[in-house]
Amino acid sequence: MFYREAGQFRTSYAQDTQLLPLRQDRVGMLVVLIAAVLIPFFANDYWLGAILIPWLILSLVALGQNILMGYAGQLSLGSAGFMAVGAFACYNFMLRIDGIPFVVAVVLSGVCAALVGIVFGLPSLRIRGLYLAVATLASQFFIVWALDKFGWFKNYDPSGVITAQPIVMFGHNFASPGEKYWVVLVIVVVLALLAKNMARGSVGRGWMAVRDMDVAAEVMGLSLLRTKLQAFAISSFYCGVGGALFAFAYLQTVEPSAFTIELSFRILFMVIIGGLGTIMGSFLGAGFILLMPIFLNVLVHSLFGKSVDATVASSLEQLVFGIMIILFLIYEPLGLARIWQLTKERLRLWPFRH
Amino acid sequence: MGDIFFFVEVLVAGLLSGVMYALVALGFVLIYKASSVFNFAQGAMVFLAVLSFVGFMELGLPFWAALPVTIGMMVLVGMATERFVLRPLVSQTEETLLMATIGLAFVIEGLAQFLWGVDVRNLDLGIHDEPIGWVMDTTGMLISQLDIMAGVVAGIMVTALALLFSRTKVGRGLRAVADDHTAALSIGIPLKHIWMLVWATAGVVALVAGMLWGARSGVQFALVWVALKALPVLIIGGFTSVPGVIVAGLLVGASEKVVEVYFGPYFGGGVEVWFPYILAVLFLLIRPEGLFGEKIIRRV
Repeated sequence: MFYREAGQFRTSYAQDTQLLPLRQDRVGMLVVLIAAVLIPFFANDYWLGAILIPWLILSLVALGQNILMGYAGQLSLGSAGFMAVGAFACYNFMLRIDGIPFVVAVVLSGVCAALVGIVFGLPSLRIRGLYLAVATLASQFFIVWALDKFGWFKNYDPSGVITAQPIVMFGHNFASPGEKYWVVLVIVVVLALLAKNMARGSVGRGWMAVRDMDVAAEVMGLSLLRTKLQAFAISSFYCGVGGALFAFAYLQTVEPSAFTIELSFRILFMVIIGGLGTIMGSFLGAGFILLMPIFLNVLVHSLFGKSVDATVASSLEQLVFGIMIILFLIYEPLGLARIWQLTKERLRLWPFRH
Repeated sequence: MGDIFFFVEVLVAGLLSGVMYALVALGFVLIYKASSVFNFAQGAMVFLAVLSFVGFMELGLPFWAALPVTIGMMVLVGMATERFVLRPLVSQTEETLLMATIGLAFVIEGLAQFLWGVDVRNLDLGIHDEPIGWVMDTTGMLISQLDIMAGVVAGIMVTALALLFSRTKVGRGLRAVADDHTAALSIGIPLKHIWMLVWATAGVVALVAGMLWGARSGVQFALVWVALKALPVLIIGGFTSVPGVIVAGLLVGASEKVVEVYFGPYFGGGVEVWFPYILAVLFLLIRPEGLFGEKIIRRV
């Protein structure tokens, strides 16, 4: 009844290619953005620091993983490694270049991650599918090991842990969770918009052609070398920026072993559950994976009282995670984004049946 | 002379830990051969198998009773996997199946810890993990009995599997299914039974591998990560070759130990964490189908 496109005509090419062709979508997006900006005035520090900030950051990383896996079809199990590159690069830029603006450091650390991504993306030119998945494990283990063993990356800190410098921009220290949230929000929104436009432009079409049939794409004149490495570079850039924000806006103190293969798997799950090859899905998936343990915890405690052992709860969580993955792969391989799309289709007719 | 003996000692230790990688990898190959599923959960199955075995023994079952009970449980797990995870996903792409088995790995790990808790346990097989006396006396090399035992067990299992594949009716069915499962189905080979059988066998292989690992380094969650080392072994050996994984297992085990001992100190150690993976990547660049794998031919 309210979600109707009747009467909205697209009369120019510009209108036809705009991001949100429906008026309702535009209004909805505006409301969401305004709400996102205003949240720090209403939410407490726990919500901001423990849920909203990691949600935005992990969405960004999932977006990176989604570019590589969902759009370009290159299965990767090493995204946490690229996050680690971003985090430690950002720390070193802030440490070694005096007065470097935070945003510049973040972008540069993304570039570092992209360069590393290109190196580890090279095998993708020769191998694909499962073999590539195993090859990406090499990046995961090698990066974390290198950051751990070479003291220079950590400024020879004896504890092996780095402490992120304060985020200072325009002479203002963004210290409270609310201020950090705004910094993260701006970066994430800009990069998500960029990703959306890359995905629906010629770059994204190239990725999808390679994903669907790489030999055919090559025959049609796409350079596989360029397309695949581009996907690896851009994906790692997103992961790297995400990693830098993860260290600076969320964790504060980081060690290389924070970026384990478990984190890579969680990011992989976000993309699968959220929806492969969708921008929206990365956000939905990250929210789902982040909130589900909290929800499960509350559920377990309300069902069995406070007496439940923490290890039992965590193994239950793992069990439920795995079951969710399998169920999604069987029943909704396109993930939450597809469910959202179907809901919109239904809304067009609601409350009538036809 | 001491240097050479030391080198041999390192090499033998590496070769024998390679045997254990190969045992884990064997489970992967079994399943991949029969159903083109890259079973990421094999490591988790190793963990579940040995944890349950130790758990049953703690409940008071003697060794000879715990063994069949655990085997029975692994057969059930394998069959349930086939029924509830893989059958609904039949004819999906290999990547989808891989992701499903990553999910499965989470389920099995969660289940194992939910049932038996997270404590590190010891497994006593009655074989001591200590150097063999006469070898140490004559050459000064430290070579463990357990390693020799692992080698023998691996040899027996590989021979048994090779016989199963080549001599029995079930084995012929397996090979037919591996070649072309639609064709196998159309001439009346019971596909579902074959797949269940394969998963059950993989469960048993996992138990054997887990018992040897568990006796060496304790029954703990870290076994799952050790099992990940089976992946480079698989890549080097080729996904479909039983002799391939044995050779590759030895190669990976020996090279990682030698590199760790001789080059590790320059980087502060821990090289063996990533060395097999880099080795596998380099290997892939030269020979993408692995040592004994079938040549990959792709058509548009």
